[in-house]
Amino acid sequence: MQALTNRVKEVDRKPLSFMEKMYLPAILKGMFITFSHIFKKKPTINYPEKKRPFSPVFRGMQILNRDEEGRENCTACGLCAVACPAEAITMEAAERQPGEEHLYREEKYAAKYEINMLRCIFCGLCEEACPKDAIYLSESFAPADYQRKQFVYNKSELLIPNPKEDPEAYKKALGNRAKPTTNA
Amino acid sequence: MARPVQYNNTIKFEGIPEGYMGEGFMATNFEKVVGLARKNSIWPLPFATSCCGIEFMATMASHYDLARFGSERVGFSPRQCDLLMVMGTIAKKMGPIVKQVYLQMAEPRWVMAVGACASSGGIFDTYSVLQGIDQVVPVDVYVPGCPPRPEAILDGFMKIQELVHNESLRRRHSDRYKDLLGSYGIQ
Repeated sequence: MQALTNRVKEVDRKPLSFMEKMYLPAILKGMFITFSHIFKKKPTINYPEKKRPFSPVFRGMQILNRDEEGRENCTACGLCAVACPAEAITMEAAERQPGEEHLYREEKYAAKYEINMLRCIFCGLCEEACPKDAIYLSESFAPADYQRKQFVYNKSELLIPNPKEDPEAYKKALGNRAKPTTNA
Repeated sequence: MARPVQYNNTIKFEGIPEGYMGEGFMATNFEKVVGLARKNSIWPLPFATSCCGIEFMATMASHYDLARFGSERVGFSPRQCDLLMVMGTIAKKMGPIVKQVYLQMAEPRWVMAVGACASSGGIFDTYSVLQGIDQVVPVDVYVPGCPPRPEAILDGFMKIQELVHNESLRRRHSDRYKDLLGSYGIQ
């Protein structure tokens, strides 16, 4: 029969050599390889006790940022919700009242801000879209849960701790991700 | 000669005595013993349709090693498995198949939805994609992420273990459970 391509390989049909006929040397060789694995380093990371460091570009749960005076950066412009491919972000804007200057950085703020973590695909487009550096993706993944309604994270769960009231928790939550807030 | 099949109907789970311990013996809730045994021998059935399945492969492999949690055997036959892990986008055409796999599993069975697509449809809010597998089968644990990291899958698995550990033996016979299955058209 004519070959279709020029890559045809003849099958080797030579009779077995004496060593191959002996059978046991090959078995021993295989067992030695298995045995030698005992002395290799264990690759397993015992997860709940030991945690593997994530890549510096890993994108986890969102965090709503505050500036160094503890005021919320978010102005509820809605650009993150528009950018979100999964449509996981909803928000409601409200106007800052006189006397609330220490809470919100600008005249408009998000009265309600919700992210559905089950919808979210952690693409980071919200972080890219944000003109106020108000939202960024942290280094921790969203935890699993039993009920679907638990995954709609509201503003109190997303907001970073106040640096004025709880500077340690703020530093911990900040990690080395958030950009320094510039006074705009 | 063929052995006649006999079902042992004499075992009753009611009237469990209070557990206590003394010298040389220990008596405890049967429920707790069963829960402990079940918790540490969950056989998962991976129903992997896309990228979350790849992440599950990493979870099974030596770095994360799902076998540490008692899931040494990842079964691909629904009859022998306890935990259905649905990973990946489930199209509406795939929905009945997920349900069929779930029906083929023996009680007690648990379901874990891994990843955004299986849990809620994710970015695929379209005519062809099921908006979460909880529309066809009851889900016990949801794992968010797209795809979730192996750590997140293990996190979900530990949640399942917690659930299995604390589950009452009578739960599967309760009216509430039957109503839940009934709402999915399963009796």
